[in-house]
Amino acid sequence: MGYKNKNRHVGIVGIGETKFSSHREDVNQPEMIHEAVRQALDDAGLKIDDIDCVVHGNMELFEMVHQPDMWHTLGTGAYGKSAFRLTTGGTTGGTLVSGADNLVASGMYDVVMAVGFQKLQEGHTTGGITNMADPLWARKLQSGALTAQAAVKVIAEFGEERARRAAMTYRIIMDKHACKNPNAHRAFHLEWDQIDDLMAHSPPLIGDLRLIHMCSQSDGACAIIFAEEKKARKISEKPVWVRDHITVHREETLNLANNYYPIDTTHRFAAEKLYERNGIDNPLEYFDVFEMYDPSAWWGLDWLRDFFLLEGDAHIRMVENREIMIDGKMPINPSGGVISTNPIGATAMIRVAEAAKQIRGDAGEHQVPGNVEHGLASSFGGTMWTVLTMLEKETNW
Amino acid sequence: MKQRVAVCAVAQIKNEPDIWYQRFQGMVLECFESIVEQTGVTFDMEKGIRSVVTCSDDVFDARTISDNAINDVVGAHFRGEEKSCQDGANALAYAMASILSGHDDVVLVAGHCKESQSESRRMCTNLTFDPFYQRPLGLDFLSAAGFQARAYMNRSNVTDAHLAKVVARARSNAARNPFARKNDVVTEAEVMGSPLLCDPIRELHQYPVTDWAVAMLLCCEERAHEFTDTPVWLTGFGNCMDSYFLGDRDLSESMALQKAAGRAYAMAGVDDPKTAFDVIELNDAYAYQLSMWAENAGLIEQGRVAEWIDGDGMDRMNINLSGGMLNGNPIMLGGLARALEVILQLRGEAGDRQLENARRGLAHGSTGAAGQHHAVLVFEK
Repeated sequence: MGYKNKNRHVGIVGIGETKFSSHREDVNQPEMIHEAVRQALDDAGLKIDDIDCVVHGNMELFEMVHQPDMWHTLGTGAYGKSAFRLTTGGTTGGTLVSGADNLVASGMYDVVMAVGFQKLQEGHTTGGITNMADPLWARKLQSGALTAQAAVKVIAEFGEERARRAAMTYRIIMDKHACKNPNAHRAFHLEWDQIDDLMAHSPPLIGDLRLIHMCSQSDGACAIIFAEEKKARKISEKPVWVRDHITVHREETLNLANNYYPIDTTHRFAAEKLYERNGIDNPLEYFDVFEMYDPSAWWGLDWLRDFFLLEGDAHIRMVENREIMIDGKMPINPSGGVISTNPIGATAMIRVAEAAKQIRGDAGEHQVPGNVEHGLASSFGGTMWTVLTMLEKETNW
Repeated sequence: MKQRVAVCAVAQIKNEPDIWYQRFQGMVLECFESIVEQTGVTFDMEKGIRSVVTCSDDVFDARTISDNAINDVVGAHFRGEEKSCQDGANALAYAMASILSGHDDVVLVAGHCKESQSESRRMCTNLTFDPFYQRPLGLDFLSAAGFQARAYMNRSNVTDAHLAKVVARARSNAARNPFARKNDVVTEAEVMGSPLLCDPIRELHQYPVTDWAVAMLLCCEERAHEFTDTPVWLTGFGNCMDSYFLGDRDLSESMALQKAAGRAYAMAGVDDPKTAFDVIELNDAYAYQLSMWAENAGLIEQGRVAEWIDGDGMDRMNINLSGGMLNGNPIMLGGLARALEVILQLRGEAGDRQLENARRGLAHGSTGAAGQHHAVLVFEK
């Protein structure tokens, strides 16, 4: 079984994230990317000459630039270097991390920089996402990423009042986290006493999905530098190790007749396989932080159950009891998550970057209290695809 | 490199100008089914394919997340799939990295492109240029190639007559390749009489609009015997990015190809590329590129190109026996088409084109305007 024999350890040695915002009119795409690249290099104490290979990714139809890594060479610094481009929709950022990990572990490259970005202001996000649906069968039905599917499912199982209150509780927790993260795009300073008002009056988008539940459309970029073990230990005082990653896709066909199809979600499948092959019996106990790609409060609430392999209403209780808060038992998205910030091609990479910062202990005001040794990051994209990335403080697994 | 990566099986459909009768999913499915039939590979979570690397392009497919449409076709139902969104040579290299890293044993690579689907190739490739300074000028891959062709011809004393020879040879080679796009065999005089598209590039100097799909199965060394008796080893790879602004480059040469080739040779342990290869496939999207890429990959002596073409150097070195990109493969898949021919030759499955004792081959792919990005693969028997 291949993944049990990772050729060599790979450490994260540099992280860069731009400030995320609804519009970055002050910079063009390569300039925006350059901000993240510069920051990652400075964070690692490296020069661009120290990078062997650049891995680039985004979703190109949003900005309508064909093979954007060509133009973006001005910002990524890929000139004269090996260069790859990997894209998988919303999961792109996770795929870039998996890709960089594979490229370094393979022995082909010692130091690889992954760069994810999106400038959603320059395109039409919902139109762009709708364009992924089959032109004959599904495009007229798809409404971008706006769907109340998860809301319907959670409400059917737990009742309207409990489900709606839990989703809004999740939303407010995420906003409270975003308020601690200076890079976050949207931080509203929502208060607990606004729950009833928001449940009743936030503008509805589709069914029970309201505006306040949904993620933002953001501009921004993220860069992460990976190095093989010897170099990683030399470059960084606290490299964060990529232990394993798993990618799980499924067919594109949307089964419109049944909200529960397929019975097993890619999230649960990915989590089961990843924990099984890494010998993790109780993920809630094991992980100290989880950065989840949560595009809406309903999805975030629902998916908790799958990612932690929970049954019944355990995930609802985790939210109701506010255990997912930054100082709770299982801190979820101390960065504010995707609902606050979503530059799509960078989003999944930001999950890994944020989880790595937590393990390094230098996340600033949104640092999880206590020792963070084991991190998990998820990516979401396409038709319910998942990439899960496991990060570690030590290489003792 | 501790390990080697094996190519265990390849499958393709015929290159055609317009596969109007089939969606790209159907095109890939044919390749997929052939790979499964040839190798008996499964999607078992322990022993089978857990990871697929696809190669396609959102703009040419006019679909956001073009790989989304192909997931079920390549077997990625509850399995991994990652899209390499650049020339397919890099998809093979990424699959190679996934195996060498220890993360995967068996990786399926699949690519598709229907250039016929887009209204205009020039419109699509115009979108590669930045929207502020260069896109409004109407630059696209053809006009960028026009600049490069002129610069290269000035430097190398390659003439219109040399290019005609390259094109006529490509067409007659392709006539022996049953999977090649069916084109008329042309004389050198016909090539020289074909209309100018973008001076000095003539209509017959440009690769024609083509639809195609391809798949390959890659595997780690110790398990290759499970899938084939005739593995071909992927022993070297290198790629490199050049600068974006055409004016920042000396278009008459290619730093990126020189570096990409140097990296591939270093990995494969090739000392003298001029004599190292029994079969060579170069991504000649335009006629001038065949000798330019050969020169910059270090395969022939610098500055002696005209003599090399006149003296049938292309035939002596077995370059582009498939017909090459010039005869027609879609954009994005050029490198995979080149690799495919080298693999067929090394496996002894090249039919009428089969060489005797081919042991080592080179395949090349390029992406972007005037070859901004190059990739070089070395295969061995």
